[in-house]
Amino acid sequence: MRLSREEVVHIASLCRITMTDEDIARFQDQLSNILQQFEALKKVNTEGVPPTAQSLSLHNVLRDDSPRPSLSREDVLRNAPQQQEDQLRIRAVLEE
Amino acid sequence: MNDLTSLTIHEAHDLLKQKKVSSLELTKAHLERIAAVEPKVKAYVSVTEEIALAQAHEADARISRGEIGPLTGIPMQLKDNLAVNGTRTTCSSKMLENFVSPYDSTVAKRLKTAGAVLLGKGNMDEFAMGSSTENSAFFPTKNPWALDRVPGGSSGGPAAAVAAGECLFSLGSDTGGSIRQPASFCSITGLKPTYGLVSRFGLVAFASSLDQIGPMTKDVRDSATVLQAIAGYDSMDSTSANRPVPDYSASLKDNITGMKIGVPKEYFDGVDADVGEVLKRAMGQLAQLGAIIDYNVSLPSTPYALAVYYILAPSEASANLARYDGVKYGFSANAPTMWHSMEQTRQQGFGPEVKRRIMLGTYALSSGYYDAYYLKAQKVRTLIRREFDEAFKKYDALVTPTSPTPPFKFGDKVADPVKMYLSDVDTIPVNIAGIAGISVPAGFIEGLPVGMQLIGPSFSEETLFRIAHAYQQATGWHKLRAPVQ
Repeated sequence: MRLSREEVVHIASLCRITMTDEDIARFQDQLSNILQQFEALKKVNTEGVPPTAQSLSLHNVLRDDSPRPSLSREDVLRNAPQQQEDQLRIRAVLEE
Repeated sequence: MNDLTSLTIHEAHDLLKQKKVSSLELTKAHLERIAAVEPKVKAYVSVTEEIALAQAHEADARISRGEIGPLTGIPMQLKDNLAVNGTRTTCSSKMLENFVSPYDSTVAKRLKTAGAVLLGKGNMDEFAMGSSTENSAFFPTKNPWALDRVPGGSSGGPAAAVAAGECLFSLGSDTGGSIRQPASFCSITGLKPTYGLVSRFGLVAFASSLDQIGPMTKDVRDSATVLQAIAGYDSMDSTSANRPVPDYSASLKDNITGMKIGVPKEYFDGVDADVGEVLKRAMGQLAQLGAIIDYNVSLPSTPYALAVYYILAPSEASANLARYDGVKYGFSANAPTMWHSMEQTRQQGFGPEVKRRIMLGTYALSSGYYDAYYLKAQKVRTLIRREFDEAFKKYDALVTPTSPTPPFKFGDKVADPVKMYLSDVDTIPVNIAGIAGISVPAGFIEGLPVGMQLIGPSFSEETLFRIAHAYQQATGWHKLRAPVQ
């Protein structure tokens, strides 16, 4: 199974990662090679086998909905790349 | 290596208790050792000297009041994906190069409470993705046994720091072998606890159904001591197991006469002949200690574990790493619009292996491929678990190599991802099943360390400690110290 150039470009856009032509060519080879290894799973009979999402037998762990202190605004904003008036500042969402 | 940095935790604890040495002396000896060998080893992303000296003073004050626990005043390192309030947590990524944690991970908090002293943070493969530390965005860590070789990964910094006497212990994280494989490569003891035993709160997420934090130490006794401090229920981790924590050190007293240990043959396929020989001798020693070894065990789904892992882990990673958008924290590329900024942030902030896994996971989860990849992998995951469950009805533990080869040279595998992934072929099934595994030093091939892996069922850490400790008492490989000066 070999990924097409268009497929790689599509995956990169879903991942929100800019790619150069060189990146696309490299990932096309490498990802195709890795996907080739996955073909082995087709040989396994999994008829009637339920999927495992995690290894503990836990279901919907919920906590009480009670108020408690959170991080301070100052602590939260300390790592923000851009901020303004005690809030995160983002770049323009709508293009002209 | 000076005397204080070659000690184990329990030896250092005895000296602290008898007031033959202070935590400050112990801490300064380690800071000096770091200054001496770091130019060669490069196991630390950051050294927190001020914090270390302040915590050592505090520990000495506690000790003088007679308040001494097993980790009071003990200098440690933490892998750089574990949050410590007020210090940088980089994951060895450009994305988080300047990120300062606003809170403590549960393990950091528990170790602080226990009085341990933080020397700094350990280098790793970026976001814990890799088997050699060559994927660190900053620099690779060198193997203290052979500086031209990798220390393993992703917890290569912690393994090398422990092996080189740059800390008395460290914590790593293990998603597919990231504690055990570097422990094997650096001739130290590395435990991957049962999923849910140690809280993941404050561990930067890679693959949430597989990640687990564990001790990286110089021997099994130290591993039990560190696990005791970090194990146990935490309401901040919704996958934390709510069950009592046993006294792990108590399990070290028992002999292993009559214990049943299985040797699953699939784990020896594709293993270097020399590594196979080392393991054969190690199994012979377990038999001499009274264990009953069955060499004819088969876990037929084992060959599929690698493919299952490289579907599940990247899928989970692609979701977990979606948070790095350059808005709330971390690296942020300057571009006129939000989407351009996000795409360039992720282009410039992530290294090649991280991008590769995000791409792979996104593809496996994308519409039209979900059933063929992700769902299929989850079903085979069930088969792998069932085979372990069946095996553990007959055996107390299984024994395998930790990795198919001794430490390899820099550049040997980094160009071929599939070749690199094979380095974790013997450790991955343990994460898939969520069970426990430990790697202990089992010998050397031409001066290069080889590890033995013991695998046990969920919450069998006492059994693994008991077998591994008996083995260490009989062999002494763990007492050899790396030659780096």
